[in-house]
Amino acid sequence: MGIDLALIWAVIILFGIMMYVVMDGFDLGIGILFPFMPDREERDVMVNTVAPVWDGNETWLVLGGAGLLAAFPLAYSVILSALYLPLVFMLLGLIFRGVAFEFRFKADERHRPFWDRAFALGSVAAAFFQGVTLGAYLKGIPVAERAYAGGPLDWITPFSMFTGIGLVAAYALLGCTWLILKTEGGLQQRMCRLARPLTLGLLAVIVVISIWTPLTQAGIAQRWFSLPNLIWFAPVPLLVAACGWTLLRQLGGAPHGGPFVLSLCLVFLGYSGLGISLWPAIVPPHISIWDASAPPQSQGFALVGALLIIPVILMYTAWSYYVFRGKVRAGEGYH
Amino acid sequence: MSSDALLLARIQFGFTVSFHIIFPAITIGLASYLAVLEACWLRTRDTVYRDLYHFWTRIFAVNFGMGVVSGLVMAYQFGTNWSYFSDFAGSVTGPLLAYEVLTAFFLEAGFLGVMLFGWTRVGPGLHFFSTVMVALGTLISATWILASNSWMQTPAGYEVIDGRVVPTDWLAVVLNPSFPYRLAHMGIAAFLATALMVGASGAWHLLRGDRSPAVRRMFAMAMGMLVIVAPLQAVVGDFHGLNTLEHQPAKIAAIEGHWENEPGAGVPLTLFGIPDMEQETTRYAVNVPRLGSLILTHSWDGQFAGLKSFPKEDRPNSTVVFWTFRVMVGLGLLMIALGLWAAWARWRGRLYDARLLHRFAVWMGPSGLLAILAGWLTTEIGRQPWVVYGVMRTADAATRHGTLELSVTLAIFVATYFLVFGAGISYMLRLIRVGPTPAPGHAPLSGGPGEARSPSRPLSAASSSETGPADPPAAASTHTGA
Repeated sequence: MGIDLALIWAVIILFGIMMYVVMDGFDLGIGILFPFMPDREERDVMVNTVAPVWDGNETWLVLGGAGLLAAFPLAYSVILSALYLPLVFMLLGLIFRGVAFEFRFKADERHRPFWDRAFALGSVAAAFFQGVTLGAYLKGIPVAERAYAGGPLDWITPFSMFTGIGLVAAYALLGCTWLILKTEGGLQQRMCRLARPLTLGLLAVIVVISIWTPLTQAGIAQRWFSLPNLIWFAPVPLLVAACGWTLLRQLGGAPHGGPFVLSLCLVFLGYSGLGISLWPAIVPPHISIWDASAPPQSQGFALVGALLIIPVILMYTAWSYYVFRGKVRAGEGYH
Repeated sequence: MSSDALLLARIQFGFTVSFHIIFPAITIGLASYLAVLEACWLRTRDTVYRDLYHFWTRIFAVNFGMGVVSGLVMAYQFGTNWSYFSDFAGSVTGPLLAYEVLTAFFLEAGFLGVMLFGWTRVGPGLHFFSTVMVALGTLISATWILASNSWMQTPAGYEVIDGRVVPTDWLAVVLNPSFPYRLAHMGIAAFLATALMVGASGAWHLLRGDRSPAVRRMFAMAMGMLVIVAPLQAVVGDFHGLNTLEHQPAKIAAIEGHWENEPGAGVPLTLFGIPDMEQETTRYAVNVPRLGSLILTHSWDGQFAGLKSFPKEDRPNSTVVFWTFRVMVGLGLLMIALGLWAAWARWRGRLYDARLLHRFAVWMGPSGLLAILAGWLTTEIGRQPWVVYGVMRTADAATRHGTLELSVTLAIFVATYFLVFGAGISYMLRLIRVGPTPAPGHAPLSGGPGEARSPSRPLSAASSSETGPADPPAAASTHTGA
């Protein structure tokens, strides 16, 4: 068979995780920004900008997990058991902030501050532990006899802590610029002011990771700094610089959708940079997508569904965003 | 891996899946109920249906969120805790789960926003379409996950090559021997559990003296559903049991506490007893002669394998499944009784006045969910010691985590689940207590998803329904169809 199923599946999963990062990124970002916005009415507006869509956003994470299990069961079992604890903490964060969407409206006055805090802390925890997971994954996972061969706390490293914080910053920027798009008045202005330090912070994170990973991992240095790769991949850092600069400039004026699009671009570029560093490893550094592949009967069967259905999903997701387009105002609650 | 760690891993999975199963069951039933209500509203323009739709949508929204987050945990637990199983059988269960995400989760999530928040944003037709898509999504979801679960119970359409499962015939994988029965049994169980919850809500309000058309209609609809579906479930359950006897005889032997056959004699049905796995006997047994044969072989002296005909290491724990099965069946019989009683009261024209019936209906409110839990414990524990029946043992499936990590995470899960889902269930009950109140015009009530419970009169909502008819059923009172 001439079709490289593993390759196609790797692209689908990368696409799914990217969709998750950019989409759940901005609604987790809203929770991360909660502590800066103590006003109750403003918090309600913030939550209601994402209330109709957050569940769909989070489904991309489930697709990432299910796709990995279907196409690369070895990678799924090794990565998830290696990162057991940070993943459990991430899930706990997602539980708290997921239920808080409705609970904070349905609880009585005594409970409401608790669910507000659960929403904020849950969002921060989910983002942070996703970043930690990413950092631990980038550093590589020891494998012996098709199973994880490290200890339960191997994921705790300075690098993974840094990627944790980095992802919190990235999601905060996405949430912040999303609110610039979806709100107006005082709330929007404060978001414009917050976006500047967040942008600078994210750029700093990208720079540090770009230096840190090639310094500690020869393979990644080789990937980026040998010819002709250097020329092929040069647009990535250049585009990051261009996006960052344009974003900062736009914040000075009266921005609307521009900053959100640009921060999406930034996150996308950072994501593709990581992809370039790792490809084609699926359990870095040694197991490639072809080593971890499910039998072709499994990859092929699931692929038919994925290729037919994902475009339909994208269509009705876009329709849902279209239905809830426009600014959200206080007290509106979409009714 | 130590046996303690294995037990902890199993408890962790059992605990998280037990909580999880409750919410999707209600989601499945309520989504279809909401689609029916909206269809009735659009057809008849009877505002009672619209008010009921908005009332149950609020509860649906809270329930759905809990289903999503508890389900997310499940999707990752296969890898974190059962990595050997995932590596071994992911080639079968993975694509099934992927199809569930693609065809069901996205469908639900994509249209849920419009369903919950789009009443005034899209036309009535599109809104109804969204509700139907959400309902359809829940049913598709159940289909895929039950295909996967049934494959673990009665695997088919595969070969084991190089120590890993390779699917050879996907149609046989999906339509494995126990799948149709399990799907029917679980689907009906979800409808039944929802009907009991809706019926209990209606009965509670009737007992409080609220006889508004919306309350009466939801009670009548729920009882109507029950009278048809509860007996149907008994029939489907019987077929499911016969299917299990054919494919998993050890499970049936354990359920019946049946150790060995006496030559030529029918098998009794043990009503009460304590199966003892060590002594290989059922103590304090209260038997009805031949009834076991009659139920399982549909003949007077038919026989089926006893537990002693299976090697000791292949026997599921009879002490547990003997009782979980009896809890399920007992509750099922009570459900049938409730349905018949309601039908009789209806026939006598006393459906809304029979206080004892209402009290019984309130008590039966959670019985559907309890029966689902008992049934799941029966079928899952009855599959042991296998994770994939006859192919892979549970002990070989678990990730080699230490007891420390497993105890810590289990403790955190238990604390979190009781806190979060306890609060969620109490909010759902509080919303039910407010009751369906009529809304003016086409606009939905305040206090819907994404809004505070009742902004105009915070915290008074619960007490206002206690005063019953004082909450006037304004526009609705002209259509007292029920």
